Amino acid sequence: MNGASLLDFARGPAFEAAVAMLSFGIVWRLTGILALRRSVDHSRPRTGFGWMGGLRMIVSRSWPRREFRERVLHWDIISYLFHIGYAVAILGYVPHILLIRNLVGLQWPGLPGGVIAFAAGISAAALLALLGHRMTSPVLRQLSNFDDYFSWFVAFVPLVTGLMAYYNIGDSYQLVLGLHILSGDILFAWLPFGKIMHVILFAFSRGTTGTVYGRRGAAT
Amino acid sequence: MTTTTTGMSAQDGAVAPPQNRQGTLPDRQRLERAMASFVQDFGVTAALYMESCVHCGQCAEACHYYVQTGDPKYTPIWKIEPFKQAYKRQMGPLSPLYRLFRLKKPVTVGELEKWQELIYDSCTLCGRCTLVCPMGIDIPSLVLAARHGMQEAGLVPHDLWEPTDRAEREGSPLGATKQVLKERIAWLSDDNNVKIPLDLEQADILVTVSSIEIMKYPQSLVALAKVMNHVGASWTFCSDGYEATNFSMLSGDRKGQHDATMLLINAALAVKAKTVILPECGHAYQAFRWAGANVYGKPLPFRALHISEYLAEEIRAGRLTLKSDPRSMTFHDPCQVARRGGVSGAPREIFKALGADLHEMSSTPAANWCCGGGGGVVTIHRADSLRHRVFHLKMQQVEDTGADILVSSCSNCRLTFDDGQAFFHWDKTAHSLLELVADNLAQRH
Repeated sequence: MNGASLLDFARGPAFEAAVAMLSFGIVWRLTGILALRRSVDHSRPRTGFGWMGGLRMIVSRSWPRREFRERVLHWDIISYLFHIGYAVAILGYVPHILLIRNLVGLQWPGLPGGVIAFAAGISAAALLALLGHRMTSPVLRQLSNFDDYFSWFVAFVPLVTGLMAYYNIGDSYQLVLGLHILSGDILFAWLPFGKIMHVILFAFSRGTTGTVYGRRGAAT
Repeated sequence: MTTTTTGMSAQDGAVAPPQNRQGTLPDRQRLERAMASFVQDFGVTAALYMESCVHCGQCAEACHYYVQTGDPKYTPIWKIEPFKQAYKRQMGPLSPLYRLFRLKKPVTVGELEKWQELIYDSCTLCGRCTLVCPMGIDIPSLVLAARHGMQEAGLVPHDLWEPTDRAEREGSPLGATKQVLKERIAWLSDDNNVKIPLDLEQADILVTVSSIEIMKYPQSLVALAKVMNHVGASWTFCSDGYEATNFSMLSGDRKGQHDATMLLINAALAVKAKTVILPECGHAYQAFRWAGANVYGKPLPFRALHISEYLAEEIRAGRLTLKSDPRSMTFHDPCQVARRGGVSGAPREIFKALGADLHEMSSTPAANWCCGGGGGVVTIHRADSLRHRVFHLKMQQVEDTGADILVSSCSNCRLTFDDGQAFFHWDKTAHSLLELVADNLAQRH
């Protein structure tokens, strides 16, 4: 397969299959969780606004409490560099915005290519640091499984191939761009089946605990 | 070969080491029962937690066991790993894929036995890990679900199983039977010249007690009586429902938890109580205030208050008036009452009413370090040295306040503090908030 045909494949059937897997997978996984038994809490709430605790925790858990900062904040910051850099690269790059416009009809102004490249570079560096941490920390090594490393890989490759395409690195631009789009397809397809699903689940799990704690009047 | 709780082999009479298994079920059945129990606990909430974990490891950084030992096995979410594995393989939305590609191995009884130490000895259910988790996963609720499975499988540490079994047979984990309660009340009433009503036919308030208080801190009962009489409450103890500790909840015995809860509910209904006061015991508060109605299957037709909430309420109403006690004090918030129970303002209202010089600990009430004795851990003797290591964190936190007097509102914490004090030859004794209030009641004119 040469660069042109890879590009056609990545943009065409692979992309369509990826979007289908993304949509189907999210619905399947969410339904598989949310359709389970929901127990009723009969305890008398301390406050009638427990759900506000849920909303509060969705926001508050984005930053560690004062008591934990000394031990976790540095990794949180690196994680944020990865996430924010990734978001800027995905949502700020004009070709990505055009793709989104074609898909869902929404559009917004793009950022200069240099900014995108910088954000992607920071994101990739942060991702490498996080991988190093995962591979060297005894706690993380113990917890980690295939999902952790594969999810890291499918998140990392689009960044690298995107930067290669932007800086025209490699013999064939079409081949590099094709690989970039294909890696994006794989990311889409994998998202619902691994830990990257946390981009959706975080709100549900934070909101659930926050609501329980909120109705008890406990800190959220 | 099967073993009994006495450690004797069922077949050849030889002494076998694992006393931490109950019953004589074969391993296959133990496993089936553990997993069936685990499935029974599974609803949306537990599934969301299982699916949301991103393996960031931050829970370890909040756990006193990991912080003090640096041993990764104490990472809170790792403590339920076999059950997480079972969930992913058997129950999760992706379980067909996990089974098809053999991504998760079936759990074995050997693994459950290996994990017993992590599920029981090194988790006080304090919930500090919940507070740091970026996904908001309430790990103690998952540990409790795991304990349900372990109980069904007959894999509870003997030191915790024994008082639980005793509680179910005698009504108290520490031998504070109905008869003992009656004798104690008679004795305490005479010795202290205080009226302690028992088994009144009707009362607005049913008071409950922890067995630790009856057996180790009986002055707590006197303090309670003095306060209740001071505010002029209509109150009573009930010998058919008095013990609130609920060890069954801690060991994971749902039936025992149900029975212990129903004793209190039925006693409250019998005396037509409008309020049930829960003692200075964190797990009693959790078991009754937040889990009681769910055991009952409908809302409780009365209020359930921790004693500190009641005291604050009476201060606000002007019925509880206190003398000033301006000594320098610090307060240890019991995890199940404050962090997981939502009661942190009430004790501070009491200190304010006392005019105490309150030195708060370095962390907020919600993120307070656990004493290390909750979740039944204080009963498990093989965990003593580990418990002492984590107690050191608490001791340091208390010392850092510079306060002269340490106060708490949980008798289980108090017991843990007493043990730690003796072990470390520490000069601080944990005092009861209730007793502090009773010692400072203003004279009625």
